[in-house]
Amino acid sequence: MLDSKIPAGPLEQKWVDYKGHVKLVNPANKRKLEVIVVGTGLAGASAAAALGELGYKVKAFCFQDSPRRAHSIAAQGGINAAKNYQNDGDSVFRLFYDTVKGGDYRAREANVHRLAEVSVNIIDQCVAQGVPFAREYGGLLNNRSFGGTQVKRTFYAAGQTGQQLLIGAYQAMERQVALGNVEMFSRHEMLDVVMVDGKARGIICRNLVNGELERHFGHAVLLCTGGYGNVFYLSTNAMGSNVTAAWKAHKKGAFFGNPCFTQIHPTCIPVSGDHQSKLTLMSESLRNDGRIWVPKKKDDTRKANDIPEEERDYYLERRYPAFGNLVPRDVASRAAKERCDAGYGVGTTKQAVYLDFKYNLINKYGKTEAGKLGIENPDTETLIRLGKEVVKEEYGNLFDMYEKITGENPYEVPMRIYPAVHYTMGGLWVDYELMTNVKGLYCLGEANFSDHGANRLGASALMQGLADGYFVIPYTIGNYLADEIATKPIPTTHEAFVQTEKAVADRINTLMNIKGKQTVESFHKRLGKIMWEKCGMARNAQGLQEAITEIQQLKKEFWSDVRIPGGIAEMNPELDKAGRVADFIELGELMCKDALNRNESCGGHFREESQTEEGEAKRDDVNFAYVAAWEYKGESNWELHKENLEFEVAKPTQRSYK
Amino acid sequence: MEHYMMNLTLKVWRQKNANDKGGFESYPVKNISSEMSFLEMIDVLNEELIRDGKDPIAFDHDCREGICGACSMYINGRPHGPWEQNTTCQLHMRAYKDGDTITIEPWRANAFPVIKDLVVDRSAFDRIIQAGGYISVNTGNAVDANAMPVEKDKADAAFAAAACIGCGACVAACKNSSALLFVSAKVSHLALLPQGSPERKSRALNMVAQMDKEGFGACTNTGACEAVCPKGISITNIARLNAEFSLAALVSQ
Amino acid sequence: MKWSEMFTSSIGKKLVMALTGLFLIIFLVVHAGINACIWANDSGEMFNKAAHFMGSTVVIRIAEIGLFLGIFLHIIQGLILEFQNRSKRKQGYAVPMGNKGSKWYSRSMGLLGTILLLFFILHWWHFWVPARFIGHEELTELEINGVHMHNMYNLMQYTFQELWVVIAYVFACFSLCWHLIHGFQSAFRTVGVSNSKYVSLVQNVGIGYSIIISLAFAMMPVSMYLGWV
Repeated sequence: MLDSKIPAGPLEQKWVDYKGHVKLVNPANKRKLEVIVVGTGLAGASAAAALGELGYKVKAFCFQDSPRRAHSIAAQGGINAAKNYQNDGDSVFRLFYDTVKGGDYRAREANVHRLAEVSVNIIDQCVAQGVPFAREYGGLLNNRSFGGTQVKRTFYAAGQTGQQLLIGAYQAMERQVALGNVEMFSRHEMLDVVMVDGKARGIICRNLVNGELERHFGHAVLLCTGGYGNVFYLSTNAMGSNVTAAWKAHKKGAFFGNPCFTQIHPTCIPVSGDHQSKLTLMSESLRNDGRIWVPKKKDDTRKANDIPEEERDYYLERRYPAFGNLVPRDVASRAAKERCDAGYGVGTTKQAVYLDFKYNLINKYGKTEAGKLGIENPDTETLIRLGKEVVKEEYGNLFDMYEKITGENPYEVPMRIYPAVHYTMGGLWVDYELMTNVKGLYCLGEANFSDHGANRLGASALMQGLADGYFVIPYTIGNYLADEIATKPIPTTHEAFVQTEKAVADRINTLMNIKGKQTVESFHKRLGKIMWEKCGMARNAQGLQEAITEIQQLKKEFWSDVRIPGGIAEMNPELDKAGRVADFIELGELMCKDALNRNESCGGHFREESQTEEGEAKRDDVNFAYVAAWEYKGESNWELHKENLEFEVAKPTQRSYK
Repeated sequence: MEHYMMNLTLKVWRQKNANDKGGFESYPVKNISSEMSFLEMIDVLNEELIRDGKDPIAFDHDCREGICGACSMYINGRPHGPWEQNTTCQLHMRAYKDGDTITIEPWRANAFPVIKDLVVDRSAFDRIIQAGGYISVNTGNAVDANAMPVEKDKADAAFAAAACIGCGACVAACKNSSALLFVSAKVSHLALLPQGSPERKSRALNMVAQMDKEGFGACTNTGACEAVCPKGISITNIARLNAEFSLAALVSQ
Repeated sequence: MKWSEMFTSSIGKKLVMALTGLFLIIFLVVHAGINACIWANDSGEMFNKAAHFMGSTVVIRIAEIGLFLGIFLHIIQGLILEFQNRSKRKQGYAVPMGNKGSKWYSRSMGLLGTILLLFFILHWWHFWVPARFIGHEELTELEINGVHMHNMYNLMQYTFQELWVVIAYVFACFSLCWHLIHGFQSAFRTVGVSNSKYVSLVQNVGIGYSIIISLAFAMMPVSMYLGWV
């Protein structure tokens, strides 16, 4: 029943062949076809722009006050592309292979290969749009390296790559708005998918300024609504990031793929107290130049700079000599947790490790700069000063951000970092064409499950978002819409619209009428705590079972005791949040169920029952080489569908970064 | 950092909706940690307000890491508060001491009407971008990314201008409510790159025209915008836009 | 873009201010240079000759029309801009931003300009109107090398015997100084000087220019009042 529609033929020919044979829609017909794009991050904005350019009538929606605020903007380190500008042995195949391996062999080969193929077009497109990537003195593009790879293929713009790429896509979309091809709806939140005759034909959304519900028709609906990391309450996601759009689609029949695959990012600023509302990432690119260590002595209370070199444990370099500080994220995160759990953590909470730049400041950058300037035998002071200037150019904004949050100067003392929830590999199940199992309903970017398997490599999220939006959906959507040219726009007075809107209104009314005692925020915090403790970096069957019970209990409490102030027909951020938290609670249960079902360790999913003697994740390819796609069957009830993963080219091996 | 607790008084602008007259309300907040961010302090107050059955304070915020540009509070007479090159969300409470009174207002400008409390409508910025803040290149048209080298200094300057987060602090700080720093940052970003040069003239003319239409004031080079810009966008961009605009206007037909 | 659109756009209006301002900046050099002749220590002979030259040369008389056009354009456009800009924020802040980010004189160009306008009326009434139209009993005739001319020097000495006039002139020069410190560099920015090297040059030259010009003008009534010349 799950047809992933992977084209036949050799791996490297699949996308080429697909494009050569896919159905097309002629320009005159495109103008008659309406497409709804929900979410305006990298995937949504690029899709809206690209489809607008093709001539489709696009309506784009975002809950923020402007499409430019989508959380893709916060991505820091960079975007991968198999350009091989560095002549260091990179190729489309190697990017494909690294990504499949990095994802611990839980991604679909054909999708990943396509991603690697179009990665080069993305860079070309972005440069043409005016994205100011970092450049060398000769005027050509510069690269840096990221975790899980041994080549330099990451393009970047200081520590603000996501911002620059998103602004590029946003501008491309605003150009289409100006040309009349895209209609933009800001401060609008999608609250349901409208189904007509088994096909997605529109959405119901709420105008967040006046609270009115609106009906919008589309021949196809694209969900580009990002990840659901906020189910953990504390994550590096934006405050508004949510699962609601994807969850509503799930409840309308779309399968949810691998929901338990969560990426815990190793380098985030540690939690400082109960007031904490979100966590802040320090880019993985910092691991290019920072060395991670803890004291060799337990409960060492000395200041970092007072601990001599020989009493420091550079545990990543020790455990993984081949990749050192640049092991993939899941590996680095678990290693940090292992050290802290063993009592070697630093800082007041003891839940942190050091990320130290001094060595490279002096040895890598300081010495190079001194050499350039012809300074012979420079002293350490000079080297640090020179090194600082280079580091400032590379990551200045990140260092500033760290100092603003912690009050400590990372040029002087090592950063304190700890893993935090960052990205969700899971998402709505989609086929090769990015269509969910619901006809006409597509899912792009982080919101879908497709390309990263059980662990995403750094600088690959931006790549996937833009690949889906600029270079995949413009082709694949035609294959569906070519058969829809005869479908007249369905008036929003159609029974399906009326009923769906009524269901949405009823739910809002129910929420508002609970008039309980506890705030939405307090429920969200409790959910996050359950998820982090029992479905976080390490999971086991008992904990997951407990979590499921606790979440079901929490859900009951929520629906009987939540307090939402204000009214419906007005701007009401608490009501918006309540709807999202209600969906997160349901999602949390499914995540635990999925984690419980997957009794193996792979990528970011670590089941304590399945580990090697050295404590590394142990995959079980015999029993779990599949995508778990869950079908919603009613309250707390899901049916598992399996899409078996075939690896014809990248044969699964135990991942080793030693 | 030394950690301490404090009690504060907040004077916050409350306004039910666009048509409401609005006014200040005072709220005491207790046991605020110096390690909290400013918005986390507002979160604490909002939780209390909800428990007391009152309407919480509405404010725009999203990423809380200083990059999305959503947060927009005018704190004690300065957009984004007292710290240099900072956004409200990155302002931390160690900037204050026990007993302080903090007055919080929304951005004020005719072009940024208040929607509710501290939330304002900044869609004028989107419309300014629509007027020409882009390079017209359809997807798939691009040549190889390294086909056109870009002088590093210019690429760096373009990046510095492109770092604008569109928060609107420049408008909020300007005595004329001018959006010229915002407009000039975008015009500079694109004019400095060879890819942007075919549309240089029309871009400068159209974006300025749209800015005027939206009801922003004219720039008088006071420099307040630059002083409060969270991303340190320089007013030399305004001078560059002035040149771009004047030349474009002189040679246009 | 039509001329009318160009000069009614926000940048176009500023361009008018900048260009007329730069023109007036040049004029002030000429004006200060001629007036500085009072310090030649020759009982005003050099000054009167210079003043006569300015008043009797056709080219300069034509330039004078340009000067007045420039001044009025600067004043009218300045006032329009000031009122238009003020109207862009109907509801103001409870806590004003004050000096957090900008200098008081940069924000007070309208006020400083208005003070200067009031001063000009006084100034024209003192010198330009008598010399050009209605005469004055202290504006005697004299003859140097066979050329008849007004004794403007005499009129100056008479005018600056009044303490309040001297105070008014000195106060105006203060306003002029602050007006110029902002105006000089702002004008260059508005015409598009963005290169940082030139921007800092313009800033430094601007401050030097503003102080020297204003000081020179202020010293004229003072030195006459105190009998230094």
